[in-house]
Amino acid sequence: VNARLGSVTLLALLAGSRADAQVIAITNGTVYPVSSPKLDSATVILRDGRIAAIGRGIAIPPDATVVDAKGKWVTPGLIHAGSSLGIRLTDSGAQEETQEDVVLGEVKASFNVAEAIDPASMTIPVVRAEGVTTALTMPLEGLIPGQAVVIDLAGDRLEDMLVRSPAAMIVDLGQGGKTGGGGSRAGALFRLRLILRDAKEYAQRKEDFRKAQIQPLAAPAPELEALQPVLAGELPMLVIANRRSDIASALRIAKEFTLRPVIWGGAEAWQIASDLALAKVPVRFNALNARLDNATLLRKAGVEVVAAQRDAAFSRDLRTAAGNEVRNGMTWDDALRSVTLAAATALGIGQRTGSLETGKAANVVVWSGDPFEFSSRAEHVFIRGVDVPLGNRQTELRERYRKLPPAR
Amino acid sequence: VAAPADAVVLDGTGRFVTPGLIDPHSHLGVYSAPGTESQSDGNEATNPVTAQVWAEHSFWPQDPQIPLAIAGGVTVIQVLPGSANLIGGRSVTLRLIPARTVQEMKLPGAPYGLKMACGENPKSVYEEEGPSTRMGNVAGYRQAFADAREYARKWKEFEEKGKDEPKRDLKLETLADVLAGKILVQNHCYRADEMAQMLDLAREFGFHIRSFHHATEAYKIADMLAKDSVSASVWSDWWGFKMESLDGIPENAALVTQAGARASIHSDSEDGIQRLNQDAARAMWAGNHAGIPVTREQAIRWITANPAWTLGIDSITGTLEKGKAADVVLWSGDPFSVYSKADVVWNDGRVVFDRSDPKTQYRTDFNLGTGAPGVGR
Repeated sequence: VNARLGSVTLLALLAGSRADAQVIAITNGTVYPVSSPKLDSATVILRDGRIAAIGRGIAIPPDATVVDAKGKWVTPGLIHAGSSLGIRLTDSGAQEETQEDVVLGEVKASFNVAEAIDPASMTIPVVRAEGVTTALTMPLEGLIPGQAVVIDLAGDRLEDMLVRSPAAMIVDLGQGGKTGGGGSRAGALFRLRLILRDAKEYAQRKEDFRKAQIQPLAAPAPELEALQPVLAGELPMLVIANRRSDIASALRIAKEFTLRPVIWGGAEAWQIASDLALAKVPVRFNALNARLDNATLLRKAGVEVVAAQRDAAFSRDLRTAAGNEVRNGMTWDDALRSVTLAAATALGIGQRTGSLETGKAANVVVWSGDPFEFSSRAEHVFIRGVDVPLGNRQTELRERYRKLPPAR
Repeated sequence: VAAPADAVVLDGTGRFVTPGLIDPHSHLGVYSAPGTESQSDGNEATNPVTAQVWAEHSFWPQDPQIPLAIAGGVTVIQVLPGSANLIGGRSVTLRLIPARTVQEMKLPGAPYGLKMACGENPKSVYEEEGPSTRMGNVAGYRQAFADAREYARKWKEFEEKGKDEPKRDLKLETLADVLAGKILVQNHCYRADEMAQMLDLAREFGFHIRSFHHATEAYKIADMLAKDSVSASVWSDWWGFKMESLDGIPENAALVTQAGARASIHSDSEDGIQRLNQDAARAMWAGNHAGIPVTREQAIRWITANPAWTLGIDSITGTLEKGKAADVVLWSGDPFSVYSKADVVWNDGRVVFDRSDPKTQYRTDFNLGTGAPGVGR
């Protein structure tokens, strides 16, 4: 249902219709476009929500608001490639009131989280203040948890935020998918294959289905319908897999059905880095605790690596995750790529965002210094060309208690 | 200082030296990896008050998470029971060293701690018998300490009169030692209003709370913590993962420090314990950015001297001083930079990790034959 809503929003953005976006000139900054080498003392012009120009010695339009970035670092907005922003506040099981990312069942390919997103969620401004401008918001639990969507982290209405819907189909081939397979990984794979086969058959025999002249299918029609873009290779299948054998299973199934997998988790991905590189499968990893140089080894093998952190309480740490990649051997440029363009490309929005290029969405961050260092902070966060406020619930709490009232 | 003739000399040019890091809140060894049900030994969730249990009796020295923490520069941890109970049992303070038994890891001279928990966790576990509310929680603590007070009175009477020896009760024995000041109270508590309730409880029964752990709202009552000499053991910025953590802010440690109270950065996490220095850096810079100045000396105390005080071992370790235990970390660079790593870790004078020497990089029994990597490669 939300695919339509998503494409409408994307069209609106392409038309550059955001009413409150202005012309902004970010001048004199050290600019890291990601898609090309860094530029010293460069200017980035934002107009109507898009990057209008980037380079050295660019004329500043007379109507531009100038942001002097001398001594500052300018990067694309960071992309959180696997969050529950807007659809979950607290993790604790007792707080189901704040959770919208799980629906009952095991096969929920038709479940799209978009309309569960609360643009007023208090987590969004906190994460945004750390330079995160875009997020994949994803459903959880089950063999096929459902459809994830990409949002920009500013806007009063869903229509103002949606970038791509659906952006990925989530499939869990790890521990979480076992129940859907009757309690075994092999069962989960068997069931997934049945569903994908029946989805193909359903697409070819809709008329027979309508007339009830078809054998019972492995999932209801809306589920099989929702899997068509996955089978067509249009929608990435984001596979939760950490074990080496689970990742291998994901590659096997992807080959059988010519799918576009992205490995999500990937704790043991380094052990089959060459297979992943050969299959051109990106890995979105969040396991900083298994092998610290996992991402570095994958990158060296030629795998596209997307860095991520855990959610809500932790997703402000995305830039620290990238910094830790450098700490563990990755080049700084690759680490920046892993939280920008690599994420965008894996999520199918690489043409729109993830680097500073003329025509791309004006999601740009001006940092006081190296964005991966704790000593730096985001000073300006532009989302679709709007200099978004960096205040949030936490800064208000801080100001309220900065000076304590006398105890009674 | 002249290097003695028989010394092994390491060139620290461009590198930084700090005391070994101390994590005042860990569940390593009691919630070991892999996290299967059979490895879950942290919560004796059979009664709201289980003061009779001791974390050291659950601790598994082969937890493969231990070497990862050592590689992060951590030399001493407090291992606590979980937070399913109002009173969860005794904690234990351990050296992070390769060992076959927990006895080898125990830090001589360290007092025991008592794990207590406020709020959501204990009130959500005991559906039948309760507590099911925060007021039920407080009633539970009060009854337990009232019983302990009576138990202590009976023993005192026996010592004076030499007859009618009371039957030993392990639960009340531990609580009586808390009342006697021999065991330090380590209290999981998030909300400011609940911490104030616990301070009242401590006043009512005449004991001292050594530290509030997690304490995401410590900044709201930092003055009270300073006044009562209660430390706050906190994350830099975790928040919003449960309702009672909703008001966590990254300037928490800075505001607590500004008020003159002791702050520590703790992990409560097998992941966070590997980078305690980074969490301290984040909290220090959050304060500095917000105009709540924190010096580097103060911030390094958050992960060394202050947790040493929280564990009652500040006369043994936690600072680099002549005569103290040789718990030392040599860092590749500024420990407050995201890019720095522990290069060498000495625990009580012994090299337990050297990044340049794989032979020193401990692998627990569990790691063997799994194809799992060592650390630091």
